[in-house]
Amino acid sequence: MSTPTTQSKPVDESRNVQFRIWRGNKDGGEFVNYTVNVTEGMVLLDCVHRIQAEQAPDLACRWNCKAGKCGSCSAEINGKPSLMCMTRMDTLPPDKVVTVEPMRSFPSIRDLVTDVSWNFRVKKTIKPFKPRKPDNADGSWTMFQQDIDRVQEFRKCIECFLCQDVCHVIRDHHKEDEFIGPRFLMYTAALEMHPLDTEDRVGDLKNRDGIGYCNITKCCTKVCPEHIGITDNAIIPMKERVVDQFYDPLTRLFRMFKGK
Amino acid sequence: MSFSEQFIVHEHDVLVIGAGGAGLRAAIEASAAGLKVGVICKSLLGKAHTVMAEGGMAAAMGNVDDRDNWEVHFADTMRGGQYLNNPIMVEHHAKESPARVLELESWGAVFDRTKEGKILQRNFGGHRYPRLAHVGDRTGLELIRTLQDHGIHQGMEVFMEMTVVSLLTTGGKISGVLGYDRERGRMRIWKAKAVILATGGIGKSFRITSNSWEGTGDGHALAYQAGAELMDMEFVQFHPTGMVWPPSVRGILVTEGVRGEGGVLRNSEGKRFMFDDIPDAYKNQVAKDEEEGWRYVCGDKNANRPPELLTRDHVARCINREIKAGRGSPHGGVYLDIGWIKEKLPNAADHIKRKLPSMYHQFKQLAGVDITQERMEVGPTTHYVMGGVAVDGDTQMSCVPGLFAAGEVTAGLHGANRLGGNSLSDLIVFGKLAGEHAAKYAKNNAAVEVDQAQVLAHTNAIMEPFERTTGENPYVIQHELQNTMQDLVGIVRTETEMQQALVKLDEYKARMKNVSVIGHREYNPGWHTAIDLPCMLVVSESITRAALERKESRGAQFRDDYPDKSAECATFNLVAKKAADGSMQVTRRPVVPMRADLKAVIEKMK
Repeated sequence: MSTPTTQSKPVDESRNVQFRIWRGNKDGGEFVNYTVNVTEGMVLLDCVHRIQAEQAPDLACRWNCKAGKCGSCSAEINGKPSLMCMTRMDTLPPDKVVTVEPMRSFPSIRDLVTDVSWNFRVKKTIKPFKPRKPDNADGSWTMFQQDIDRVQEFRKCIECFLCQDVCHVIRDHHKEDEFIGPRFLMYTAALEMHPLDTEDRVGDLKNRDGIGYCNITKCCTKVCPEHIGITDNAIIPMKERVVDQFYDPLTRLFRMFKGK
Repeated sequence: MSFSEQFIVHEHDVLVIGAGGAGLRAAIEASAAGLKVGVICKSLLGKAHTVMAEGGMAAAMGNVDDRDNWEVHFADTMRGGQYLNNPIMVEHHAKESPARVLELESWGAVFDRTKEGKILQRNFGGHRYPRLAHVGDRTGLELIRTLQDHGIHQGMEVFMEMTVVSLLTTGGKISGVLGYDRERGRMRIWKAKAVILATGGIGKSFRITSNSWEGTGDGHALAYQAGAELMDMEFVQFHPTGMVWPPSVRGILVTEGVRGEGGVLRNSEGKRFMFDDIPDAYKNQVAKDEEEGWRYVCGDKNANRPPELLTRDHVARCINREIKAGRGSPHGGVYLDIGWIKEKLPNAADHIKRKLPSMYHQFKQLAGVDITQERMEVGPTTHYVMGGVAVDGDTQMSCVPGLFAAGEVTAGLHGANRLGGNSLSDLIVFGKLAGEHAAKYAKNNAAVEVDQAQVLAHTNAIMEPFERTTGENPYVIQHELQNTMQDLVGIVRTETEMQQALVKLDEYKARMKNVSVIGHREYNPGWHTAIDLPCMLVVSESITRAALERKESRGAQFRDDYPDKSAECATFNLVAKKAADGSMQVTRRPVVPMRADLKAVIEKMK
């Protein structure tokens, strides 16, 4: 009748784990070693909290929900961009030192905290949602679930900015002035694919937002903690719209006649 | 250093403290009035605790069951709050929430749909009909992102990662606020004609909570220190289903949506214990057996709800009873089972993943449990405070001129117990009202000069922990405070234990004055914890004193020494206020009387 439980798995004995945590600010810093007693079920953020409470009360780190819903505790764990709250200690190699660094694509503020304000500035430059007139007298619209499924996938984004952190256009080439990054290409896609939206952002994607810089290496998709198909479902369709609107010979001809 | 060198100074007509649902909605409204608006957020924009809300927002749109309307919602909310609610606020809420939800859609929110293409609504505890507009189990994220993405284009100035340490008053009126930015640790003054508190909850005063580090009751304490009243503080909601295992995730919320989608509660004997105890007020609204309960979940309009969908206070107490009677799960919870619906649905696993995607991920990733196949272990977690700043039901202004409040920091809408889903709608209904009336106030009142002596005194006080070298670690006191509240003022309360708690709280107050912190002022979490402590103490003391004074069990307050409701206690709310000598005074205030037409609505819905 009822579903069986396998939740009471055998309790793992506690063990000591060595950490190397980057401490510093924009002027530089270094790795500092800590040892934490880790018990069953602990996530990396628990270890950082334990260090704060017991060894280094001034160790800076961002966090809020501790459940993978707010996207605050982004960091690079053993070199991989991840959320600290969703990284279970038992998924890391057991006998190795755990290295924790801030997101390296963004300027340092202190320790694990980086300056992500660029992302907020970028979002403001994207043309906002502009709905068509309501369909019904009560001010409501008629939309069907199948029409919104793909937009809902993008709206799962928790803005952890791990995709921005890992993207080589930003990380290695620092094209922040010409490229909005996977998060905001997807944000634009969510607006463009919104069934009610009437705005056109395809020109901006091509001319201002640097969609051409993305060469589909899919690093962003790999690190997304929400498992959103950023590249396949958002960026590639937007690239196709750019091609349709600007490079398709028939459309070009049509635009010439319309004088646009 | 001169005053202007020491402080960065900002000026606004309306200043909003908090950038969750209520704060952002208030800021949008005040901006629409053409005023200069500032928003201070304790974290980055879009990370506020609203993001954690899962199940949905209650609005009587009648999209799924056309028998629903504002009158039913009004009666449900009053019944859930055990009639200690302010009926004026409950009326605003029931009447205005449908329009607020549609407004979100016009700003880009994408709610789940019915087959007819309308906004889908789901069942929730205490709501007679399916009423919660939702997006899977991430409705809070949708709400905050929609308000954020719309709000940034409305002209408001946003101050991220800044914390307010004091409200400034001159001649009893609001003149501005004092705070610091986390990044640099610099003090700032925001001069403002009107201030709106939208700071959320207090969960961090307890050990087991669904709240993040931010939920330290800042707004409650700021208002109290500025002379405002805190009402209904004894009513703290323990959400029946928080995670209990592994230890590091203890307290994290498991949405009521699991039960709305057919999840059932069982004890260690496999028994569905919620059928054992049905409160009188709901006798006619509960399924007579499991079969009828399932029909309700499937949308049968002639069926009554399963007992798992009774109000949160009741469900939490039943769970507590099972655990205390030795019928709990191995880690001190009970079982929540959604996987069983595979007996009823051919594609149950996919259905669960689609309806409850973040619950699926949360358990899979943090507990190693596949909820489509295995039972969850759950137990009560401190979730929400019904009490807060006492405000005028129409304008949301407190007794301090120029000080407004909206959302969880406010008292009145929920009375003795909040219904699930009434929080998100609270944010948008009263966020709007607070924004509107704060804007009116700012237009009709000139700015008041800030009192520099007040600013300097507060600044010196929060810098003191840096000067001590041998003081106590603030984390230790925070930890002990949380244990005290959890163990002595928790889900089941007694006079003796709460008196012990008061003694402890006095002790922490003394120790708090001797904390020391190391390091810089830049982004220093130890220092921030030291600054949070006084807020947590005000909150904890007001909860304890009010809970002692209410000698009955009602809604979220359960007194082991007074296990029944008392007719006398139904007539008043409790109000905590700072007396002239600095001590906390708790007094009785008659409940807001209900108009005759609203009384008639209650009668009609009985």
